Amino acid sequence: MSEKVLMKGNEAIAESAIRAGCRFFFGYPITPQTELAAYMAKRMPKEGGTYLQAESEVAAINMVYGAAAAGARVMTSSSSPGVSLKSEGVSYIAGADLPCLIINIERGGPGLGSIQPSQSDYWQATRALGHGDFQMVVYAPSTVQEMANLAYGAFDIADKYRTPVMILGDGMLGQMMEPVALPEPKTDLPEKPWATTGHQGKRAKNIANSLYLDANELEQSNIERFKRYEVIKATEQMSEEVNCDDAEIIVVAFGASSRIARSAVRAAREEGIKAGLFRPITLWPFPVDALEATKSHAKAYLSVEMNMGQMVDDVRLVVRDSAPVEFYGRTGGVIPTPVEVLEKIRQINEGLGE
Amino acid sequence: MAQTEEKIVFQRPHSLARFVTNYCPGCTHGIVNRLVAEVIDELDIEGKTIGISPVGCSVMMYNFFNCDMIEAAHGRAPAVATGVKRVNPDNVVFAYQGDGDLASIGMAETVHAATRGEKITIIFINNAIYGMTGGQMAPTSLPNQVTQTSPYGRDVSTAGYPVRVCELLSSLDGVAYLERVTVDSPKNIRKAKKAIKKAFQNQIDGIGYSLVEVVSTCPTNWGMTPTQAFDWMRENMLPYYPLGVYKDVVAEGYANAAEAAAARAAECPIAMADNPMLAELPNKRKVQDAMNKAQGGAQ
Repeated sequence: MSEKVLMKGNEAIAESAIRAGCRFFFGYPITPQTELAAYMAKRMPKEGGTYLQAESEVAAINMVYGAAAAGARVMTSSSSPGVSLKSEGVSYIAGADLPCLIINIERGGPGLGSIQPSQSDYWQATRALGHGDFQMVVYAPSTVQEMANLAYGAFDIADKYRTPVMILGDGMLGQMMEPVALPEPKTDLPEKPWATTGHQGKRAKNIANSLYLDANELEQSNIERFKRYEVIKATEQMSEEVNCDDAEIIVVAFGASSRIARSAVRAAREEGIKAGLFRPITLWPFPVDALEATKSHAKAYLSVEMNMGQMVDDVRLVVRDSAPVEFYGRTGGVIPTPVEVLEKIRQINEGLGE
Repeated sequence: MAQTEEKIVFQRPHSLARFVTNYCPGCTHGIVNRLVAEVIDELDIEGKTIGISPVGCSVMMYNFFNCDMIEAAHGRAPAVATGVKRVNPDNVVFAYQGDGDLASIGMAETVHAATRGEKITIIFINNAIYGMTGGQMAPTSLPNQVTQTSPYGRDVSTAGYPVRVCELLSSLDGVAYLERVTVDSPKNIRKAKKAIKKAFQNQIDGIGYSLVEVVSTCPTNWGMTPTQAFDWMRENMLPYYPLGVYKDVVAEGYANAAEAAAARAAECPIAMADNPMLAELPNKRKVQDAMNKAQGGAQ
């Protein structure tokens, strides 16, 4: 780790990705991921890499598909409506078992929506883009440092499991500045014997493909992929807990909304309310095991999100009927305030006393 | 007894896999697949070639060739080819696309790969119909042509006009070579192979984007015998889609597409200012002439 520099979240992801060995970036302009692509446009030529502004998000993700098939560390970045357009390509990438990194710096939806921060792509990201029957590893950083760290590690995870990986940020995280220590450049990248680099007469041909005309073959391929997902679920869950050990009320929040929830939980503790913060860092796989462990003492859960209520489904799937699960959210680009969340915690606390 | 020397006069190209294709009897895909394979063999590039198969009747093409292959989404082959070629510029990357794939759903990818001057080779099969899905109207279906989705004939007042791909792309600076061929006779098959070989050689030589359009037939969905289909093609398609070379920067005297583009932009100061391409152009004469002319004729 080097000394700290002040960077925007979008820039920290870009620099960190380059240091992770990413030399190919294909994108299409959209707010609020703008700084990421601009940073890549400046830096890539100096690293001997490729920045290519595609004609559309659709083309960009298909360039990612080609570059990933060719064995490169490759990424694209966009924001919510742009990611919707990429969903076709991501589905093909997953179906062909290719690794890549997709950044989604979310904005409000649906439709053209707003350009303010939002978390309304949670379902899109965790229930898989495209037409289903695949998953992506989805990371939800909450600081600029964490954006850098996760972008750096994401390529290793993508290569290890041969899967697309998404970093789900939002306009607030992408555009705010914080001090960040950047990782050291990676040099030894993994071999990819499956890549379509030309067989040179030395091996059987490689094919990147997601088509199976035989339904049974496709089913088998999907089953094999889901076996890999089970390994990911067992080994890659990540979460952070703040004051959860004795907490009666556990606030569950990720990304930007977790920063607000953290302030609200701290304020609640100062009032003597036993509140804690549970912050999923991987949204898929959802940190089921760690959240499960809180059920022994938690009396209520509150999911705080910047949408109309999406992650709350995953919280309910874990908590089931062991405790009530409530939701507080603002949407459309409106950011909830710590005071609003604190008020909700107080209400829940009063309910517990009854 | 006279010594007889065995000589192989005809065999399966090495780069063409021993695989039963899904092509209908009389379909021209088989001919064109073979021509591509012959060219790959003759240029001895199988080991460094990556083929991109499309969505359409040639969707299973990743099984038909022995080089590395990638299956693309409908229309996205030029974008996929771009990704591959940018990662490994020494690879030879070709995409094989039909008319619906290339000129309808993939038109944006087609036009932009061409204008970026991607050093890739596109083999474009134009048979004026969607084959795989059962004979719907294509972007290249002719006026009044009856298809499943133009049952009363293509009405240009509502369905618009067919796209002439070579003519459309010929205005783009990134393009090095465009030729429209057909494969209805041994003579034309030989011409088609020559064009395909040139389109691959251009890529190897770094000259620029090359596309060969093959005016083709679809006996099954046209509802004709293969012979009738060729007759219909000659009678109706060739007048609408005339065979010939639509762009060839080398024949125009330029070293590559970049040089031709520079000459064309000679009067545009910003396009020519410190153009890093210019220093690298092997033959600057034409560009210099054009610039001199633009600046008042000092030779």
